[in-house]
Amino acid sequence: MAEFLAPYFSTNWQWVAYLLVALVHCALLIGLVAKGALLFIWLERKVSGRIQDRLGPTRVGGKFGWLQTLADGVKLIAKEDVTPGDADRMLFKLAPYVSFCASFAAFIAIPFAAGWAAQNLNTGVFFVLAVLGMEVFGVILAGYASASKWSLFGAMREAAQVVSYEVPLGICAVVPVMIAGSMDLNVIGERQAGWFTNWFVFHDPFTFITFWVYFTCSTASVNRAPFDLAEAESELVAGFHTEYSGLRWSFFFMAEYGSMLVVSLLAAILFLGGWNGPIPITHLVGLTAEQGVLTGVVGGLLGIGNTLFKGAALVTVMIWVRWTLPRLRIDQVMTTCLKYCTPIAAAMFLGAALWNLSGIPFLNDLAPHRAPLEVREALPNSTAQAEPPADGTEQPESNDAVAQGVSSADHETHVAGPVQARR
Amino acid sequence: MATQTDDSQIIEIDVRTDEMLVNMGPQHPSTHGVLRLVLRTDGEIVSEVTPHIGYLHRCAEKIGENLTPRQWVPYTDRMDYLAGMNMNLGWALVVEKLLDYDLPEKARHLRVIIAELGRIASHLVGMGTFGLDLGSFSPFLYAFREREKILDLFEEVCGARLTYSYLTVGGATSDLPGGWLQKCEAFLEQFEPVIAEYHALLTTNSIFVKRTAGIGTMSPELAIAYGCSGPVLRGSGIDQDLRRDGEERYTEMYDGYAFEVIVEKDGHYPRDHDYPAVPREAELGDSWHRFYVRMLEVMQAIDLIRQGIDRYSTSSGSWGEPIKLNQRLPAGEAYLETEAPRGQMGFYLVSDGSAIPWRVRARSSCFCNLSVAEVLCRNILIADIPAIVGSLDVVMGEIDR
Repeated sequence: MAEFLAPYFSTNWQWVAYLLVALVHCALLIGLVAKGALLFIWLERKVSGRIQDRLGPTRVGGKFGWLQTLADGVKLIAKEDVTPGDADRMLFKLAPYVSFCASFAAFIAIPFAAGWAAQNLNTGVFFVLAVLGMEVFGVILAGYASASKWSLFGAMREAAQVVSYEVPLGICAVVPVMIAGSMDLNVIGERQAGWFTNWFVFHDPFTFITFWVYFTCSTASVNRAPFDLAEAESELVAGFHTEYSGLRWSFFFMAEYGSMLVVSLLAAILFLGGWNGPIPITHLVGLTAEQGVLTGVVGGLLGIGNTLFKGAALVTVMIWVRWTLPRLRIDQVMTTCLKYCTPIAAAMFLGAALWNLSGIPFLNDLAPHRAPLEVREALPNSTAQAEPPADGTEQPESNDAVAQGVSSADHETHVAGPVQARR
Repeated sequence: MATQTDDSQIIEIDVRTDEMLVNMGPQHPSTHGVLRLVLRTDGEIVSEVTPHIGYLHRCAEKIGENLTPRQWVPYTDRMDYLAGMNMNLGWALVVEKLLDYDLPEKARHLRVIIAELGRIASHLVGMGTFGLDLGSFSPFLYAFREREKILDLFEEVCGARLTYSYLTVGGATSDLPGGWLQKCEAFLEQFEPVIAEYHALLTTNSIFVKRTAGIGTMSPELAIAYGCSGPVLRGSGIDQDLRRDGEERYTEMYDGYAFEVIVEKDGHYPRDHDYPAVPREAELGDSWHRFYVRMLEVMQAIDLIRQGIDRYSTSSGSWGEPIKLNQRLPAGEAYLETEAPRGQMGFYLVSDGSAIPWRVRARSSCFCNLSVAEVLCRNILIADIPAIVGSLDVVMGEIDR
C-alpha cells in the first residue's frame, strides 16, 4: 500500500507515505487487540457463567451484558493508581507496558488472510514466538519492582515456567515450518489451501499429536489454567500483579488476553489452515485475488473471518479448560514440560520428518475429493509471478503444476511423494 | 524483599539462598477466613509453618455467662457458621443433660434430619473451597448451588439461612412445616445423582489426585496425639465417630439408624463399590483421604436423612417444645461432645443454680485439627499449604469463638 502512496510525495518526503501506512496498520491492530480483549474477557465471563450454572453479566449493554468489560474498564481507569512505598517506581510503572507491548507486537507478523499482515516477514513464526517470549520480562519486572514477596514468587514461577515451555513450543512450531519449507506464515497458510484435509493438523498422525502438544505448551506459556501458577490466587494472592491496581493492572490483563489470541491465531495458521476454510468456498466461487481486486478483497475478508474464528475457538477451549481443571503444582508443571512435552514434541518432529521423506499417503491423499490445491508464492512482491490458477484447478493433475510452482525442496519432496504413491 | 546478607562477599564466594519469612493471611484468599500462617520459605520450599489465630475472637464464651442457655443459642450459630444447626444441637444437648430433660421421640428424628442436612451443607462448602484452594473454581459453585437448596429448606423451617437458632433446648423452636418432608425428599432425589459430578471434577480428576494424594500424610498416632477428630481423624484410618461411640445422650438420637462409620478398612471404605476407587498414589491419612471421607459422609447423610424422614412421619407425639427462656438450671456441671461436621464439638456448662450459667466453654474441633498443620507443613512446597490446610477444613469462627 505504501508503494501506491509513495508517488504522491516528493522524493525526500516518501517516508511520510510509509509512516501513514504503518500508522493505519497499527491502528487496525490496536483496534483488534483491544476489541479482542474486550470480547474475550466478556466471553470468559459468559462461558464461565454457563459452565458454573449461572448467567454471567446480564445488565450492562442489554440482555447479554456486552458492555460489561467496557464498564469495568471505565471503573479501572477511575481507580486510584497506587504505587507501593518500597517499590522501584520506574520499573513498577514500566512493567505493564513491557508486557502489553510484547503481546501487542506479536500481532505485527500475524497474517489474517493471505498477505494481510501488518508486516509480511519471511521469518514470521520466529518473530511471533520471540516477541511473545518478551512478555515474561514485564512479569519479572513487575514481581521484582513490587517489593512484595508474593509478587516475587509469582515472577520467579513465571520465569521458570515460560522459559521452559518455550522449548517444546518452539519444537512444535518447527514441524509445520518443516512441512511447508518456509518460516513465512503466508507460505505456511497457503500450503494448507483447499479442503480441510490439507490442514497440517491432518497432514499425518505426528502433526496431529504435535498440534495438541503445541496447544498445551501455548496454554502454559501464556499462563492459563491449569498452568496459571504466576497468579495462582489461592497460593500467591494474585502473584506478580498483587500490588497493581487500576489501569496498570488492566494492562496486564489485556496482555494476557492478547497473548492468548496470538498463540491461538498462530496455532490456527500453523495447524488449522489459517484463513482457509474447511471447504475452499472462496476458490470454488472464484473469490480470489486473481479474479480481480474486489473479489480478492472479499475473499480476504472471508479469510480474516476464518482466521479469527479459529483463533477465537481455540481461546474458548482455553477458557473451558480453565474453568474445569484444578491447578498443577510448580514441580508438576516443570515435569510436564521437561519429561513429557519436550520429548514428545521432539519425537513428533522426528516422526513428521520421516513421514515426509517416506511419502506415505494420509488423509490429504486418500480424500475422495482432491482439493483444488493451488499454491502460489504468497509474498506480495512475487504474486505477479504466480501462474494464473483458473485453468486446471478442478483437475487432480494440477498437483504437478503445484509442485513446479513451489521453490522449496522440502515441499517438492512432500508433494511429489504422495503423487507417486497414488500412481 | 528477600533478606539479604550484608556481606556481599559471602554471596559471591558461596552462592546460597536465603530464608524468607512470608505472611500468609489473615487477608489471603485461601486461608478460610482470618487464619494467619507465617511461612519460613527457601524459594518455593516451606520449612516451617506457624499458624496464628485469634482474629475472629468475639468473647462468645464470656457472653454465655450473662445469658440464659436459650438466649445463648444464637451465639453457637456464629461459631461454626457453616454448620449452625449442628452447633445448636451440641449446646441444646448439653443443657438438656444438665436439666436431665427427656426428649420426645419425634424431636429426636427431627434433630437427625436437620443435623444431617447441616452436615451435607457444611461438607459441600468444605469440598467446594478445597477445590478452590487447588485452583478449580467450578466445583465450588456447584457445591454452593446445592447448598442453596438446603438453605432454602432451612429457611422454611426457621426463617434464617445461616444463623438458624432452630434446634434449641428442649427440641426445636417449631415443628417442620407441612409439606417440608416431601420437599426434603425431592431435594435428596435430585442431589444424589449430582454427587457424581463432584467425583468427576475432583475426586477422580488426575490433576486433583496429583495435588492431594500423598500430600500432608498424617499417621494415626499423630492424629491421636494432636487430638484430631471428625473426618480428619477418620481420614487417617481411625474408626471413631461419636454418633456411634459418643455419650448415650447423644447416641440415643441415632438409635435404630443403620449406618457405618466412614473409615478405611483393608483398603476399602464401607460400601465403596458405588464410589470411585481409591487411586494408587493415595496413602492413608493424606489430603485425598480426608477429602474422600467427607464425600462419603455426604452420601451417608443422605441415607440417614431418608431413614429419619421415615421415622419422623411414623412417630407420634410432640416435636419438642423448647424450655422456658428463663428456666432455672440445677446447680452442677455438664459436658457433652457431639459429632459436628468438622469433628468433635464439645460444650461445657457450669451452673450455680440460677437461670444464667456460671461458666460456659466450648471445645473446638478445628483448633486441634489446625494445630497439626504445623507438623504436616514441613518441607513442602507453597502450593501444598492450601492443599493441606484446605483438607483440614477449618472454620476460624469456631477456633476463635
